[in-house]
Formats: sequence, C-alpha cells, structure tokens
Amino acid sequence: MGRAATIARRTFLIGSVAIAGGVAFGAYMYRRPGENPLMADVSEDEAAITPYVKIDAEGVTLITPRTDLGQGAYSMQAALIAEELDIELDQVKVDPGRPSPAYYNTALSEEGAPFRSTDESFMAESVRGVMDVLMKFLGMQVTGGSTSVPDGYNKLRMAGAVARETLKAAASKQTGVPVGQLRTEKGAVLMPDGSRLTYVALAPAAARMRPVTNVTLRDPSEWRLIGKPMQRHDIVAKSTGTLPYGVDFRIDGMVYATVKLNPRQGGAVNGYDASAAETMRGVKRIVPVTGGVGVVADNTWRAFQAADAIEFDWGEAPYPAEMDAHWDALANSFNDEQIEARNRDDGDVEAALAEGEVIAAEYRAPYLAHAPLEPISAVVRITDDRADVWTGTQIPRFVQSNVARMTGLDADNVHIHVLYVGGSFGHRLEDEVVKQAVEIGRQMKGTPVKLVYSREEDMIHDFPRQIAMARGRGTVKDGRVEAYDLGIAMPSVIASQMGRQNLSLPGPDTQIIAGAWDQPFAIPHYRMTGYRAPELAPISSWRSVGASSNGFFHDCFLDELIAAAGADPLEERIRLMWHDNSRKVLEAVGDMSNWGTDLGPKSGRGVAFCMSFGVSTAEVVEVTDTDDGIRIDKVYVAAEVGRVIDPVNFDNLVKGGVIWGLGHAMNCEITYSDGMAEQTNFHAFEGMRLYQCPRIEVRGLENGSKIRGIGEPPVPPAAPALANAIFAATGKRIREMPFNKHIDFV
Amino acid sequence: MQLTVNGMAYEVDVEEDMPLLWVLRDELNITGPKYGCGIAQCGACTVHVDGMAVRSCQLPVAAVDGEITTIEGLGTPEALHAVQAAWVEHQVAQCGYCQSGQIMAAASFLDLNDDPTDEDIDLAMSANLCRCGTYPRIREAVKTAAKTLRSA
Repeated sequence: MGRAATIARRTFLIGSVAIAGGVAFGAYMYRRPGENPLMADVSEDEAAITPYVKIDAEGVTLITPRTDLGQGAYSMQAALIAEELDIELDQVKVDPGRPSPAYYNTALSEEGAPFRSTDESFMAESVRGVMDVLMKFLGMQVTGGSTSVPDGYNKLRMAGAVARETLKAAASKQTGVPVGQLRTEKGAVLMPDGSRLTYVALAPAAARMRPVTNVTLRDPSEWRLIGKPMQRHDIVAKSTGTLPYGVDFRIDGMVYATVKLNPRQGGAVNGYDASAAETMRGVKRIVPVTGGVGVVADNTWRAFQAADAIEFDWGEAPYPAEMDAHWDALANSFNDEQIEARNRDDGDVEAALAEGEVIAAEYRAPYLAHAPLEPISAVVRITDDRADVWTGTQIPRFVQSNVARMTGLDADNVHIHVLYVGGSFGHRLEDEVVKQAVEIGRQMKGTPVKLVYSREEDMIHDFPRQIAMARGRGTVKDGRVEAYDLGIAMPSVIASQMGRQNLSLPGPDTQIIAGAWDQPFAIPHYRMTGYRAPELAPISSWRSVGASSNGFFHDCFLDELIAAAGADPLEERIRLMWHDNSRKVLEAVGDMSNWGTDLGPKSGRGVAFCMSFGVSTAEVVEVTDTDDGIRIDKVYVAAEVGRVIDPVNFDNLVKGGVIWGLGHAMNCEITYSDGMAEQTNFHAFEGMRLYQCPRIEVRGLENGSKIRGIGEPPVPPAAPALANAIFAATGKRIREMPFNKHIDFV
Repeated sequence: MQLTVNGMAYEVDVEEDMPLLWVLRDELNITGPKYGCGIAQCGACTVHVDGMAVRSCQLPVAAVDGEITTIEGLGTPEALHAVQAAWVEHQVAQCGYCQSGQIMAAASFLDLNDDPTDEDIDLAMSANLCRCGTYPRIREAVKTAAKTLRSA
C-alpha cells in the first residue's frame, strides 16, 4: 500500500471518531520523542538523560509521572526504569515530575478504540497506533483505565536503558576504555579492573553527551526486579504516619478553607446569610465560589463549623429530583432512536427468540460514590505572575491548563505539584476542588489557601458512578445457551466527565456497553446493544467504569440462561469461550476452588467472568446462608495480565478490587431525594468491613502477548460471582445492586 | 489548655469542643492521625489516650484526660513498633490513608490481648474502614505482630 493510501486510510479511521485533520503530519511529527521537561530545571553538571531519569550531586531521581493513588504506581514505574538502569530501588528518589506532554499516556487511547481487546487484527492495531499518536499530540498525562503498566512497560524500561548506555558512553569517554568492556551494577559503571564510577560522578560528563538511543531491551531471563516480590518504596512511610498526603500539605502563612456547595449538584445559589458565620472564631473570609461559598479560617474545623452556620437558599437540581424519574429515564431509553452502539450482533437473535421459550429479566445498578478515605483537597497560591497548586490529581495537565485559563497566566507559570493520594477510584479524575481553591485564592493573592472538603461535601458532591439498567432475553436448546440478547441503558459517563473539561465526546461512548459486548463468548445468536440515556445526575469514571455495572448484567443473565439450560455454570462458560487465554482463567478458578465438590447444605458457589481493560478475569465466590444472613466464605480469582510486575502488589490490588466489588454490591448506593444525595457519610455508605471479608486466593496468569494493568479488572466479576453464589445457595436471583435490598448479609 | 502528645508538652489556645484531631493536625502539625469521616465511622483518626485507642475526631479536646500517643509516637521509621514492623513485612498499605488508624487500633488491642483468635481480630479490627480493601493483609499483620509481642 502506497503512502498516500496509508494516509487516506488512517485519516478515514480517525475521522470516524471525529478527530480533526493533520493526522499524517501528526504521525510523522509526533513519533519523535517529546521534549524533555527536565531540561528546564537542570544545571550544567546535572544530567537529565531522558524525561524519566535525573542525576545530580544528591543522587539519582526517577520520574514517575503516573500518579500513585495507592495502587503502587510510583514503585512500579521506578522498578521498570531501574531494571534497565541497573540501580537498586533503595538507591533512588522517586518524583512524579512536572506536568509535560512528554508524559503522554499511550495505553489509555487503546481502550478508547472501538475494538475488543482480543482483536489483534490489522484494523484494530492500526487504529490503536493512530490513537497513540493522537494522545501524544494532546499530551494527556492521565492516570486511569488500568493503563500505567501497559503504558510504561516498554517506555520506562527503554528510558532506563538509554540512561544506562549514555552513562557507559560517558565513562568510556572519560577513561578511554571501550564501552564493550564496561558493565553496570548498583548505580555505577564497573571498569574491567573492578573499580566503580558512580552514576552521580558520571553525571557532569553524561550531561554534555547526546543520549545513546540505539538500545535494546533485556531478555526477561536477565531481569533482577520484574516478576519478583518487591518492597514498595512508600511502605515504611505509610506504616509510620510519616507520608505526607495532599490533605497534610502545609506551607508558611497558609489559611484553611472549606466550601459549602448546593447539595443539588449544579443548582443555583439564590442567596445566603453568612452573618452568624462571619463572627465565628478564626473565620477570615467568606467568599462566593461557583455553586456555593468558600469559608476561609485559621483551622479546618473552624472553617467546617462556620460553613455549617451559613443559611442558604439553594436552587433546584438540574436533574430529576427523585429516583423514580431517574429509573424511568433509563427504562424509556430502550428504543431504536437511543441506540448508542450495537457492536455485536451474531447469528439471528430475533429468529432464535421467536423459536424458543424466552427467558427475560431486568437488572439495575445504582449511582455509587468513589469516597476515597482521604477527602479531596488542594492548596493554591496565586500571585500576579505565577500560580502554584499542590494536590493529588490524576490529570495534572488538565489542572494546569484550567488554572492558567482561570488566572490568565501562561501555563508555564502555573506550577502543579502532584502529591500523594489517599485513594481515588476515579475521584481524582475531576478537578472541581482546584477550581474552587483558585476562586478563593484569586481573592487572597499571595496567601496560600488550603481547601479541604468535609466528608459530607465530598460524598454529596462526588460525581458518582453511572446508574444503569439492563434487559436480557435469551433461549436455551439441548442443554446449551442458544440465544443471548442484552440491552443496556445508561447516561454517558465519558460525555459527563469530558463536558466538565469543556471537551466533547467524539463519537459513541463505548463505556455504555464495555464489559458486555466485548466478552469472548461464542453464542450462536448473541446481540449486545447500548442505549444512551439522557444526562441525569453528573457522573464520572468509577473503578472499572462501564464494566462495573455491565459485568454484573452480562454475567448474571448468562448465569440465568445456563441455569435454565440445566448446564453446569463453569462448564458451560468454558464451552462457550472461544478465546484460549480467557478459557484458561476459567479453568484456573475451577481448579483453585475445587469446583464441583460438595460444599454442604445452605452453601453455594458462583462463578463469573469479565474481560475488562484487556484483562480476562474469573472469580468464584463461596457463600453460606446462615441464620444471621449471607456470609461470604471464600473467593478465588484468576486474571490474565500477560506479565505480573510485582507479585506482592498484584496480590494486594486484586484482593482490594474483589473487596471493592463485593462491598459495594452488598450495601452501597447513592440515591437522590429532593435533588440531594441521601447518603452523606460512611454510616450510610459502608462497603465491606473486615469481619465480612472472605478468604481470597489470587492467581495471575501470564499467557497473553500484551501486558495489562490490574487496578480495575478484578472489580466487574465480583458482584455477579456473589449474586450467582447466592442463587446457588438459596435459589434466589438478585438482579439489583445493592443486594442488601433483597437479602441480609452477616 | 495543656496537652501531652508523644511525650511532649504543648499549650494550646482553642475552643473546648474542638475535636482532638483538629488540634493535632492544624494547631500542632501532627498529621499522622487522619480525617476520614468526622463521625467516628472510619477510624482513620485513631490515637491513644493513656494507651487506649480513641477516635480523635469525636473527642473534644477538653475531654482529654491523659497522655496522647499518635502514630508518630508509637514508633519511627528508624525504630518501628512491632505492629508497624508487621505492617511493613506484610506490605499492608495500598493508599495507606487508613493505616495510621488501623495500626493504632491494632496496637491498643494487642496490648490487651496478645494471643487473639481469628474471631478476636475480626471483631477488634472491624471498626476501622479501609476503602482499598487491605483487610486480608491486616489480618495477617496483626497475627505476626501478636507473635512478635508474645516473644518480646
């Protein structure tokens, strides 16, 4: 295919997701390495060999631009660089660096492409390639979508290798010893006579050299770190209370602020009376911010108290005030005009449904808060010529441009300092807290303002997980699943989220059917349709996004069909599975759980499968129906990730994902009444407590050709595996989350 | 008002009903105890008063009657308490935000019962919320800490 044809094809493919022209130029231009943001700060004798490695007299700093939300991203990124750089993890400092287009996220765009993760065809791969270029162009330094590992796996090892070879070249130049006779180990170049030249000592020479970019990555058999248990670099600090989180940040002269916002999210502020609050001890300023007011005091608690003392006249919610109307909006969306995507339509579903006895069911999933344990916060200091922002964020580049726009400063003068985060689960993909802090800080120029949300404000003003509804129909024949037709209706999470960044969604929102249409089952008549409901309450990405609801819908209704067929739940899923590596995860959980053995009366097993973010994950849950309610006894999880970077962190993250999925399925929802979220704190949004936590066994499989992230994929199968287990133990089908609306838990 | 925190005496001038948590965090800059819920539901703010675990977000500072120990006073990175050492060994933390409270709850509990059953551990540790889901590792770390404390 000639060059012109290639360009035309790419332009066409990209055009289908509404990307503007210039792609051919972009593909040429933006395959070059991004500008190295470290050079701006580097003095003559310091080396910044790649955007990821900085060496000065103090030592070696590895730049880890994906935010550590608790998932261990800093340690993982550091390990990938250190593997090739030949330095120990206890010899380096780790720093998230400053926002830069150089730290674009390649992998995030892959999941935005409308191809199944199992699709490695030319078409799918070429679109992914163009999306990569696009992301680099946009410079989206985003942490999310379980992409930090796939994004960094080659890039960071390559950065380590480039730095290593450049340091060797510098050593060679300095000593006259040929590069081929030099080795590297523990942060030093080893000379043939056994003497050592440390990287720090070589930095001035390396700084004057052109980086050696002609490097090859090591064979996995040579790895020292990857695949072996590591100690997270933050583990001692996190076990001693010495790790500073965003909410702990303090700077001289800082004042303490909070906000009180219309609990009907996005509704107007008709008026307020702050006269009582203004006279309270420690209160410095009460200022309007978008959607409410900011209260500035000399102590966070005093700011909270004063905010509670303000009387407000709040306007109506811009979405339905009561839940019934939200559910009605979803129920009314199952029509041809609102079809967002029908990416799977195998066989002849209508004909098959006309022939057999139709099994039908409706499923529901509620709004859910992210509610990381650290409430959101930001510290800002605005002056006439610069702005500084200290905050835990997944979107530092967006924060930077938003602050620049709000202050009228050049982005170069807006300094974003990314701090440690006490959990996110998608919460910190939003930056309203920064915008409000800037609104306050602009009125107090030169004074650092720390804005902390109360838990109640955090939960009420969370942009929750989407509400969703599914309608399934299907038939069985000769003990097998014959037809499966699933429609899913939800508002567009991505449109809601991107809208807050003044971006429009180019093309359909594939999250509406993610976790359903892309499942690697071969059912003779198999149709998956996503319906776009109108915008309701503002929503956002919640750990595993569309698959968090759709994994539940898709797998539970499949379980219903398998039960109707009289087949074994595990065996029938395995029989229907066409994708080898996915079949292996099902076989693995079967093996781990001794599937088929008798658990005794009142106990039952459920299995569920969901591929999300490219990771095939299967889970088996065992429950017992006790006098005090359902007790979750054990969970077995197998996930195919291509390669496990750190087995300790992998195990911890998978267990956490299972607990996240189970806990919310058990007892969590956000509901609106009079336009306000009814759940305001953890007493009403509890999740799982330790005594409810099952024993969990984890197995990571490494058969796949692509490396994947594990932050989100354990979540979608957890709820359906639990529902299927409850069915096995009790005969009761639960089709609505949270399950405690229908059954008690211990 | 006088307070003793981690062996140091402090004089603070605050309202009597200010919760101890905010005195520690904003007045004394002792930030190991965390704000999570403000209503004693999550346990991130747990500190010891005379060795007993209390929820500092619900304890008015004027009601404090004893010596306060925060996570910073339990042990340090250079000299870990047995519970902290177990937390490091099992690599319990993910985001880590709840772990100050978890560790303070465990230390106080093990001080009363250094040979707990699994049920004892489940009961004692269920008042502290972890959103990341580190519960399996918390259970293991408490057992390891108990073993260390018994042999000490």
